[in-house]
Amino acid sequence: MSAARPRETSPLRDTLLPLTVLMGALAAWEAAVHIWDIPSYVLPAPSLIGETLVKDREILFASLLVTLTTALEALALATIGGVALALLISRSRWMERALMPFAIVLQVTPIIAIAPLLLVYLAPGEAVLVCAFLVAFFPILANTSLGLASVDRALVELFDLYRASPWQKLVYLRAPAALPQFFAGLRIGGGLALIGAIAAELAAGAAGQGAGLAFRISEAGYRLDIPRMFAALALVSVAGVVIYAALTALSRLALSRWHESARGLDE
Amino acid sequence: MAQPLVSLRGIGKVFANGVAALENFDFDLREGEFLTLLGPSGCGKSTALRLIAGLATPNVGAIDWREASAAHNIGFVFQEATLLPWADVFANVYLPLRLAGKTREAAAPLVRETLALVGLREFETALPRQLSGGMKMRAAIARALVTRPTLLLMDEPFAALDEVTRFRLGDDLLAMKQSLDTTIVFVTHSIYESVYLSTRILALSARGGTIVDTIDIDPAIARDEEFRTSPQFAQLCRRASAALRGAYGEASP
Repeated sequence: MSAARPRETSPLRDTLLPLTVLMGALAAWEAAVHIWDIPSYVLPAPSLIGETLVKDREILFASLLVTLTTALEALALATIGGVALALLISRSRWMERALMPFAIVLQVTPIIAIAPLLLVYLAPGEAVLVCAFLVAFFPILANTSLGLASVDRALVELFDLYRASPWQKLVYLRAPAALPQFFAGLRIGGGLALIGAIAAELAAGAAGQGAGLAFRISEAGYRLDIPRMFAALALVSVAGVVIYAALTALSRLALSRWHESARGLDE
Repeated sequence: MAQPLVSLRGIGKVFANGVAALENFDFDLREGEFLTLLGPSGCGKSTALRLIAGLATPNVGAIDWREASAAHNIGFVFQEATLLPWADVFANVYLPLRLAGKTREAAAPLVRETLALVGLREFETALPRQLSGGMKMRAAIARALVTRPTLLLMDEPFAALDEVTRFRLGDDLLAMKQSLDTTIVFVTHSIYESVYLSTRILALSARGGTIVDTIDIDPAIARDEEFRTSPQFAQLCRRASAALRGAYGEASP
């Protein structure tokens, strides 16, 4: 039986390796477009997408700001709501039985089906925010609930032995113990908030409103401006990666001292 | 004879799954003694400990304390060290005092004194993951002792440690008991450990916690290597072993 190989980490290699793969793929794409003379309305070359990003930067980056603001506001609301509800549920089985089914219904109903309905009742900006909130909310709620409920039984008994109040148990035991699961939920929620915002913007854009990146993608599609579609899509991807990386860094900052999930094994 | 620190009278404990952990369990705990509950896994010894600690309630019987319940000052050491993984050694040991409302500054001298007692004074800023198994258990013992409990309950605390560490921790535990004048109830399934550490051993039957033998060991005997290798030690071990064999009805566990 072979021993488990420790996970090797090196910031330089971890960045360089995927970057090299990306550069290689872009170079192959660029070459393919030139070799087979593919028209830009079918598949634009990466260089043309880059040029479009620079040329249309004012429109595209203004839209990026709108989408990012919506996603981050939704994530903040989902964090507050998810953690608050997880705390309520952890205090009472009745609360869990009463509220969890509704949270699950919201999670399993596709957001793209809810968005048009929300657009009937809410202003487009608000509807997009609510959609992004709804998709980001559940993973934060579910993970935080799991963390709050998964505290070492012996530690709970230790706190009982010293007659700790419910508040002391929460602050000194349950909350710190739930942090790893909370951050796992936050990372998932961050990505989903962006997806929710884009999905809702597409619905809102179809109704003739909105200036987010999804609207720019739709608009460019109608005009057969394929390079701009790709440029907007690239910005969405970069925004998603940046949100994920920022939340991962935050998680590492909070947990790296003590939790295996945030520590390299090369110490 | 002085009134016992705590008396268990006709204790019965049945778990929700119908298993009877203890039936008609009786004993008096004398102040200052090192009492060991010796028995195989599942004999109810840990349940007895949890009942004394108030972490579970008996279905029948009574637990009578000499002092009023508000005066109980109990320390508990679990099978695992069960330290807060995000807190350093100091914060872990400070925890019981923190829960009692003491500020860090007010508690610091007592915490440091207790850390020195268990030999962890130099490791107060270390996290549990940076400690060996033996050091983690020392931190857990320090946490249990920091309130200067009148009664220390220990549930197979050395079960997961290697033999050398067990011997060393056993010696240190006896020194701590001497210096803090604490009463200890210790749970183990190790015959050698029970004979070496205790002043009294209650050997329990395989099921239901019936006391099959009570072995008194003179507290005046020095607990050292000489005792561990003496004919007296061997004779006491044979007696404890025979009691457990009797409890099994000569059948192998």
